[in-house]
Amino acid sequence: MPAKTEYTRLLNRTIEALLPLLAVPVALLIGAGMIYALGVNPFQAYGTLFQGAFGNVSGFTQSLVKATPLLLVGLGVTIAFRGGVINIGGEGQLIVGALAATAFSIGFSDLPRIILLPLTLLIAALSGAVWGGVPGVLKARLGVNEILSTVMMNAIALQLSNYLLRGPMIDPAEIERGTQIAQSDLLPQAAWLSRLMPRTLLHGGAILAVIMAVLVYIFLWRTTIGYRIRAVGLNPDAARYAGIPVQFYQALSLILGGAFAGLAGGVEVSGVHHRMIEGLSGGYGFSGIVAALFGKLHPLGAIPASVLFGGLLVGADRMQRATQVPSALITVILGLVVLFVVSSEIWARRRARRRETRG
Amino acid sequence: MSDLLPTGHKKIEEMRMEGIVKRFPGVLANDHVNFDVKAGEIHALLGENGAGKSTLVRQLYGLYRPDEGKIFINGEEVVFHSPKDSIAAGVGMIHQHFMLVPDLTVVENVALGLPSSRGVILDLDRVRKRIELLCQQYNLKVDPYAYIWQLSVGEQQRVEILKALYRGAALLVLDEPTAVLTPQEVDDLFITLRRMADEGHALIFISHKLHEVLAISQRVTVLRDGRVVGTRPTAGATKTELAQMMVGRPVILQYEKSPLKMGDILLKVENLVVRGDRGTDALKGVSLEVHSGEILGLAGVSGNGQRELAEALAGLRPVKSGRIILNGVDVTHASPSVRIATGQSYIPEERMKDGAIKDFSVADNFILEDHAKPPFSSRTFLNFRSIRQVSERLVQEFNVKTPTIDTPIKNLSGGNIQKMILARELSRKPKVLIASQPTRGVDIGASEYIHQRLLEQRQAGTATLLISEDLDEIRALSDRIAVIYEGEIVGIVDGKTATTEELGLMMAGIREKPKA
Repeated sequence: MPAKTEYTRLLNRTIEALLPLLAVPVALLIGAGMIYALGVNPFQAYGTLFQGAFGNVSGFTQSLVKATPLLLVGLGVTIAFRGGVINIGGEGQLIVGALAATAFSIGFSDLPRIILLPLTLLIAALSGAVWGGVPGVLKARLGVNEILSTVMMNAIALQLSNYLLRGPMIDPAEIERGTQIAQSDLLPQAAWLSRLMPRTLLHGGAILAVIMAVLVYIFLWRTTIGYRIRAVGLNPDAARYAGIPVQFYQALSLILGGAFAGLAGGVEVSGVHHRMIEGLSGGYGFSGIVAALFGKLHPLGAIPASVLFGGLLVGADRMQRATQVPSALITVILGLVVLFVVSSEIWARRRARRRETRG
Repeated sequence: MSDLLPTGHKKIEEMRMEGIVKRFPGVLANDHVNFDVKAGEIHALLGENGAGKSTLVRQLYGLYRPDEGKIFINGEEVVFHSPKDSIAAGVGMIHQHFMLVPDLTVVENVALGLPSSRGVILDLDRVRKRIELLCQQYNLKVDPYAYIWQLSVGEQQRVEILKALYRGAALLVLDEPTAVLTPQEVDDLFITLRRMADEGHALIFISHKLHEVLAISQRVTVLRDGRVVGTRPTAGATKTELAQMMVGRPVILQYEKSPLKMGDILLKVENLVVRGDRGTDALKGVSLEVHSGEILGLAGVSGNGQRELAEALAGLRPVKSGRIILNGVDVTHASPSVRIATGQSYIPEERMKDGAIKDFSVADNFILEDHAKPPFSSRTFLNFRSIRQVSERLVQEFNVKTPTIDTPIKNLSGGNIQKMILARELSRKPKVLIASQPTRGVDIGASEYIHQRLLEQRQAGTATLLISEDLDEIRALSDRIAVIYEGEIVGIVDGKTATTEELGLMMAGIREKPKA
């Protein structure tokens, strides 16, 4: 009965491919239960959520604004994962990138825009690369677990930011007024990313992020370095056997991952806030991991995933205002998405293995 | 005759499998197989890898359920849901990989998982007494108080047999039991197996080694592509006939070797000391020379330092002391890429772990070493057109059976993956080739092909170090044979004149007698 086995195999494959996509609806369903427990009608809550996120121009552009850093961080996470290392340090790399971009553009504010803007973003990426590079080098040289070290680097970045924004980098106007809000001076206008639509926050960073996604795709699948990163990630033993210096490429994956998160930080200050503020990252460093996983660790898959999660973040705020359901609920839902995506992958792999041995 | 075995268990007078069908997705692993074995008989099951031998016996042992067909023991139909059921019915199985706890003694391993006769209190003394009795009855030499880690592979196998006998196995399945043994240990095993048959056990002996099947069995059943090709009495069967039944076409058992044209020394190993995984020295001063145009075979029982030597030569394991000279260059501490650039190719022992990336396509696996060189890339960007061209050519040339060159390698059979690796390594025109277990787990057809290719490479002037635990392979291909035992070279003998007995003694660590 070859027809039947062929059919069941196809069915199995389809189920396995669609399973991760089910993660979002299932997570939303559990979220609905929680909303119900809070005494709110889940349909109404989700209605305002999706209406707020995608239902009108201002909501949708705001979703894209939030999607931009998610996508950039997600690209960094994707590269790291493809290289077989796990980068949980997006948050810290983003903060450091934002700090560096702010300091640089304020310090060199006389440069013309055509030089200042690209350099600002480049500095952001470079400092993120350094922040990701420390765990990278520690792993390559001493075998330090990168999950732990990237998380620790997050804490260092946060405290560094707290110090700088209260001390050396604080906006002189805040000291004059005596309000002492921990934020930097405004960036020179020459370092601002252009707004794409009037009366919205949508800025050129969104386009930059999409271009980056395409470049990362080309990098990973068309270049020799990308080939090596993927080889190292899939089978370090075989990569070593073939003469690829495994540790170097693991460190490189973390460095590049840091660069993209740092760039996200630069884009945030230069495109949205125009200054470094406390709590700038707003958890993008972690939500970006979710976006990358949901995009199946493919740079192009990360684009729709980021838009979806950006929308959820925006919609959650509207939902909170309309129905008093705390927007933190969306963090729970994102966590559940990760849990389901990862467990569905494991489940699919087990099924595949069982089919191989048992039929 | 009594219907009881010396162990006190009932004999299995006859086990019959009728019309067994087992399907896996896309594969018919067993296609209406009939097979039977009687008390006092050794019935050999012969076939290539993937012919369905293991699948068949796993159904007998309760690991798989047949899709169709029935199993009868002493004329009564039985259904096994798990190995527990089959063990209760008197079926035992010796797996290729032993299931023993290294830090426990023989007695403890045998008692493991069985209820004690004294409830919660262990009855190890009683177990020991029975073990000693069994050892006597079946000519098994094992110290009941030895720890498993102290035992040689052959002794561990005896413990496995003891375990099965202790649990009352009247029918014993041995899955490729000789793969890990020295020739002398094989002889000992055969004595035990004959004794068991004499006592009334039924035995199923799985192998792909023809001479062993001819030596031990009364009947032989050949499987090919899941079907029974035929069942013959062993008396009167010949190697050629059985090989042809196995492969489905005439097979070359003796290779035509061109005369030896030995050239310069291309690989020189001097006093090499290398640490093993446990931190002790796995190689204790190994010296070897391999000349251009020669195949030097390295024989030895598994685990005597072969893997460590191969890894040290490939640059995957640090060298503690000694030197490795490759094509005149000292590469003792060089990275793998330097060795590759100096003209060394390596066929690794564990092809899925070291030799290939299973989620990469066939084409991507071909460029594993040379992706940063023309024609595969302009250093920066991969050149897919020439990657495809070369891949298509290599797949053709080396007869790699794959649906397309974009198929992930994990969907290929072991033999085809090995041919892919061979194609990649040989297409680099190596000066030195390290071939580690090149045909392990590969079917006869592919083995034959790989052997022919190695001989062609020899004629082309490559210096080949062939590391293998398959003595037949070593003898068929090697010009000289070095034997390794506990990290030392016991001796190097001429490939043409070496006898199996001589090599077997050396493999057990007994030094070559000085020639009188």
